[in-house]
Amino acid sequence: MNKIIRFLPLILVIALGAVLYRGLSLDPSYTESALVGKAMPDFALSTVNNANKIVTKADLTGDIVLLNVWGTWCPTCKYEHPYLVELAKNPQVKLYGVNYIDERLAAQQWLTNYQDPYQFSIFDEEGLLGVKLGVFGAPETFVIDHHGIIRKRFAGAIDTRVWRKEFAPLIKQLIIEKKQEI
Amino acid sequence: MLSKMFFVLSTFVFIFASNVMASPVEVFEFHDDVTKVRFQALSKELRCPKCQNQNLADSNSIVASALRLELYNLLVQGRADFEIMNIMVERYGEFVLYRPRVSSVTYVLWFGPLVLILIGIIVVIIILRRKPATKENLALNSQQQEKLQQLLQNNQAQTNQDLAFDLTKASNKKEKE
Repeated sequence: MNKIIRFLPLILVIALGAVLYRGLSLDPSYTESALVGKAMPDFALSTVNNANKIVTKADLTGDIVLLNVWGTWCPTCKYEHPYLVELAKNPQVKLYGVNYIDERLAAQQWLTNYQDPYQFSIFDEEGLLGVKLGVFGAPETFVIDHHGIIRKRFAGAIDTRVWRKEFAPLIKQLIIEKKQEI
Repeated sequence: MLSKMFFVLSTFVFIFASNVMASPVEVFEFHDDVTKVRFQALSKELRCPKCQNQNLADSNSIVASALRLELYNLLVQGRADFEIMNIMVERYGEFVLYRPRVSSVTYVLWFGPLVLILIGIIVVIIILRRKPATKENLALNSQQQEKLQQLLQNNQAQTNQDLAFDLTKASNKKEKE
């Protein structure tokens, strides 16, 4: 008994070290979204390319939707952009943008300069939709199913590797779900 | 001279500190002081999701400014504080609160330190209780004390003898040379 007690501090220190070491490799910006499983919030905003056109939640529902939050102030969005252009060719999903806290002119410039992969980009000048979605920053991508339910939130840039690992299985599953209902 | 220097230094520190604490630039208009105070209090209670060690009031990030605007809108709509907190938690998760709510997930967080302190107190009490017993054993009773004295005296006599012996030995050696 006495011997065990003598080793107790050592065991505790090793356990603490293990916990802290694990903490080093955790990404603090990764948090489960509170919104997964909930309906896409309501909104009524114009699009980047057309200040007179008001789009709402109804314009998004019906398909398997990728909602990509971007801004011209965000360098990672620029890195991500070529892959989004690639992704726009994928017939399984429809890609929409949320231009988050930005200037319309700069955003339009961006879309003409780097190609426009989006069906349309919602112009969220004050970040009101972003706040409803629980957006932390850009880029962020939401997967919304054909019923308008948010199924996934991903923070960070999408590239081929990320797509295969994080998105492809879910999209596959959603397609199956959609087919079963029809 | 020294006091003057101190004054200059403290002024400098004061200016520097007030610079650091300067809030981001946005102007919100409030109809009454109560709402203003509530806004200030709530923006200190809510964490900026992007820069996780700052609250909304401190942060300059884009997300924080959007959240401040949302907070302002909710206040103007006449929502109660707890409603606003609920809305924020619904969107950003429990993590947006600087003081997490007491729930089964956060029991460890809230009561862990208390439990550790209790364990510490118990350990200290156990150790303190054990000590007097060992002290008593260590102290010599009068009989042992006497014996110790005797031993010491004997020892002293012995060393004296040895010393004398050594001295004679040394002098003998000298004579031989």
